[in-house]
Amino acid sequence: MTEPSINWPDQLFATFKRAGIRQVGYVPDAGHARLIDRCRADAEIRDVVLTTEEEGVALAAGAWLGGERSALLMQSSGLGNCINMLSLARTCRFPLLMLITMRGEWQEFNPWQEPMGSIVEPVLKLCEAEIFRARTPDDVEGMAERAVQLAFGDERIAAVLLSQELIGKKVWTK
Amino acid sequence: MRQGRLERRAAMATLLAGRDDDLLVVPGLGSTCWDLAAAGDNDRNFYLWGAMGGAAMIGLGLALAQPKRRVAVITGDGEMLMGLGALATIGIQRPANLAVIVFDNGVYGETGMQPSHTQSGVDLLKVAGACGIGICLDVRDEAGLADLAKRLKGLRATLFARVLIEASDPPRVLPERDGVVLKQRFRAAIGIES
Repeated sequence: MTEPSINWPDQLFATFKRAGIRQVGYVPDAGHARLIDRCRADAEIRDVVLTTEEEGVALAAGAWLGGERSALLMQSSGLGNCINMLSLARTCRFPLLMLITMRGEWQEFNPWQEPMGSIVEPVLKLCEAEIFRARTPDDVEGMAERAVQLAFGDERIAAVLLSQELIGKKVWTK
Repeated sequence: MRQGRLERRAAMATLLAGRDDDLLVVPGLGSTCWDLAAAGDNDRNFYLWGAMGGAAMIGLGLALAQPKRRVAVITGDGEMLMGLGALATIGIQRPANLAVIVFDNGVYGETGMQPSHTQSGVDLLKVAGACGIGICLDVRDEAGLADLAKRLKGLRATLFARVLIEASDPPRVLPERDGVVLKQRFRAAIGIES
């Protein structure tokens, strides 16, 4: 994988800082590795590693009840783990900013990633989320900014989907 | 009904007696939610009518956001079992202002008293301890309950408590169920501008 001309994970981090994000929930993910590292290194952001993504939906609700903004990082398979918990965000109109790295599409090596990856968008739509699909590095920052506005301004679910082309092909070294 | 166990409504009332404005309470859905409502409505309660398995994590997000206030999650064994991973997540965050209290009656009261895992030996106290929560209290009687209530007033470290309660089914006391209303009144009560 060549170094992209635009460092979109750093742009996402800068967006978090501008938006005043204070809690970041995540399940470790290769596509989000850089962003996770930046969050972990930041003294103002509490990084909360989760055992499953649905914990992060509840974490975000608690953060907002307490007056803090948060973000939730996951890969596409993780969305499936969240579905019932998304009722919390919908019923109470909690802001939920989700950044989802996509699997199961471009150059996917692992067919087990395809069933969930292929239904991320319709599932989010059914959950009344606002969906932004970033396909190139140029797309990421503007979409993330808009998602921040929608999530925290309108108290809605906003998801930025980071296409697999952006992340690069998974390299199998073992 | 197992004899000698604590009665849930009385236990909730004891824990919240003399409650101050810095105590924020998140129940689980179902029985603990009705117990909390029965103890007296309060804008600093965030009642759950759903989101099973999420109570402890809501408590974590809230505790991290409000370090100067105390947060008590008071949920049931079934709700805690659904979100068992939350104990691992809380075990490494360990906010000093968070207490997770499980009313453990060994059954799913809302659905017809079917046995839960705790009735067959799953020990939530050991799970919490193994997850790194330093203070884990086994509450079995009035003295234990009084001690827990006292600790809740001066919370200084992450706490987990299992309160053994009887498998009773007291009349439901239903709180507000509009989620947006619950959210807004909670935030307003602790001084957050919308």
